[in-house]
Amino acid sequence: MKGWLVPLLYDRAVRLLWLVPLASVGLFTLVSLAPIDPVQAYVGARVALVGPEQREAIAAVWGLDAPAHERFLVWAGNALSGDLGDSITFNAPVTQVIADRFPASLTLVGAAFLFSFAAGTALGLIAAATRGRWPDRIIRGVAVVLAASPGFWIALLLIAIFAVGLGLLPACCAAPPGLTAAEVGLADRLQHLVLPVVAVSVVGISPLILHTRQRLVAFLDSPAGSHLAAHGAGRVWLAFGPGLRHALGPALTVHLAGAGELFGGSVLAETVFAWPGLGQATVQAALGADAPLLMGIALATLLFVFIGNLLADVAARVLDPRLRPEARHD
Amino acid sequence: MLEIEDLCVRFRRHRAPMLTVLEHLDLAAPSGAVTGLCGASGAGKSLIAAAIAGTLPRNAEATGRITVGGKIPAPQTVALAPQGLDALDPLARIGTQLARFARLGGTSVDAPDLLSRLGLAPRVLDAWPHELSGGMARRACLATALATSARWLIADEPTSGLDAASADRIMALMADLAAEGYGIIVISHDLPRLSSVSRTVTVLEAGRPVETAPGKAFSGDGAALAHPFSRRLWQAQEVGASC
Repeated sequence: MKGWLVPLLYDRAVRLLWLVPLASVGLFTLVSLAPIDPVQAYVGARVALVGPEQREAIAAVWGLDAPAHERFLVWAGNALSGDLGDSITFNAPVTQVIADRFPASLTLVGAAFLFSFAAGTALGLIAAATRGRWPDRIIRGVAVVLAASPGFWIALLLIAIFAVGLGLLPACCAAPPGLTAAEVGLADRLQHLVLPVVAVSVVGISPLILHTRQRLVAFLDSPAGSHLAAHGAGRVWLAFGPGLRHALGPALTVHLAGAGELFGGSVLAETVFAWPGLGQATVQAALGADAPLLMGIALATLLFVFIGNLLADVAARVLDPRLRPEARHD
Repeated sequence: MLEIEDLCVRFRRHRAPMLTVLEHLDLAAPSGAVTGLCGASGAGKSLIAAAIAGTLPRNAEATGRITVGGKIPAPQTVALAPQGLDALDPLARIGTQLARFARLGGTSVDAPDLLSRLGLAPRVLDAWPHELSGGMARRACLATALATSARWLIADEPTSGLDAASADRIMALMADLAAEGYGIIVISHDLPRLSSVSRTVTVLEAGRPVETAPGKAFSGDGAALAHPFSRRLWQAQEVGASC
């Protein structure tokens, strides 16, 4: 029955096999071309205390005196054995930094993923079921405004309204400052999650609304939709019954394939909300020209986006039998 | 008896007079028989089906009376099997779709029995529409209409796009359903097959009915037909059927 799944996974595994080395070379080239000098970034304000000899010594310890291609080969050799090197900015192994910060990012991106999917598709379905009437107009208006609004600006707006103005929700961080992890309760964590999740979701919601609406409208107008309508099916029944699969299939595919955008949105949101996740670490790594950490985060992101796309492919085939190759050869 | 009296369909046009596409159609279709509607492409055949089923486009206006047993038909009295095979939902198994139409008709359906009456195997219940051949999909489309448990069925071009053997089977099926007591209206341009199963055939010319003749009158050189257009249409079909 699932005869299409194994070939698909095999195909994608082969793709990953050439994608990772290619991406590594590209990323390393970009990182080594960056104009920031890691030693200078490390020394920072202590510039008067550190002489040229010490700088050379630091560069030698970090291996920066070797040419870029040699450094890449050393990095690639270590990476193959599972060692992604040490982060300069966090002074810890890259795998450790990623493992420490990934859960926070996954919570944020995962919650935003679920929230934007639920909100986006529900609003899209309602809009299509009430096409041309006021709920549709309002929802479409909101979607267009959201699509045109930058994520960081929405984040600042949310802080200004809900944290500063109304004082309802915390403006920063994943937990109240000054407490140890053991002292932070679930309610605190959830409260701190609300604004960042909404801010990250904004990126994903409006395409989902418009996509879901369009797909459902297409089904309602299709011969299959009007055949059902001719025999007494109402718009709402069609929207939340037979039309659901037509609307949600493409929506889920778009949403999963857009997981990378959510991750990109989380970089901004984590910076604005001081959220201790990978996005914040990315910004710090970039400012410190922390090549090992940047490489590690980029590869982790690549895997994340790759898995999102793979799930999108699987979801599309599960929901639309016409996409399964076995059916095409029938 | 399903009766159509003085049915007219007009299209509203932007800054232009109404466009009349169907004029003064009278039709009497008894239950237990097949009633045929025939005409060349563009004669307004499918609009009649749409007018009865209430699926006319928004810019169309229908006047006249459609009654079943002398009364305005309640919803779900007349089922429609549309012309296009895309009337089947591509993302639902046939069994699911039959259950939907049964639910809309306010009944349940013995789907395997319904399929076997239409000459389809029970495994078709688990099939997706894209896995069916043209003839099977046409039967499945008829099955969706029959699943509503309506006793009146309008089949719009049930043989279009089918090979000769499949088309013969579908038309024979129409006759079988009529024998079971259904009232069947078949809209088709396939005059030889239509006339062989129909009690009467109404011929349309450019949106105007020209003649209602018994099915038997469509034979030989068409001498039994009163109107020259019906004769020409029949003679043209004879040539088409023989090649």
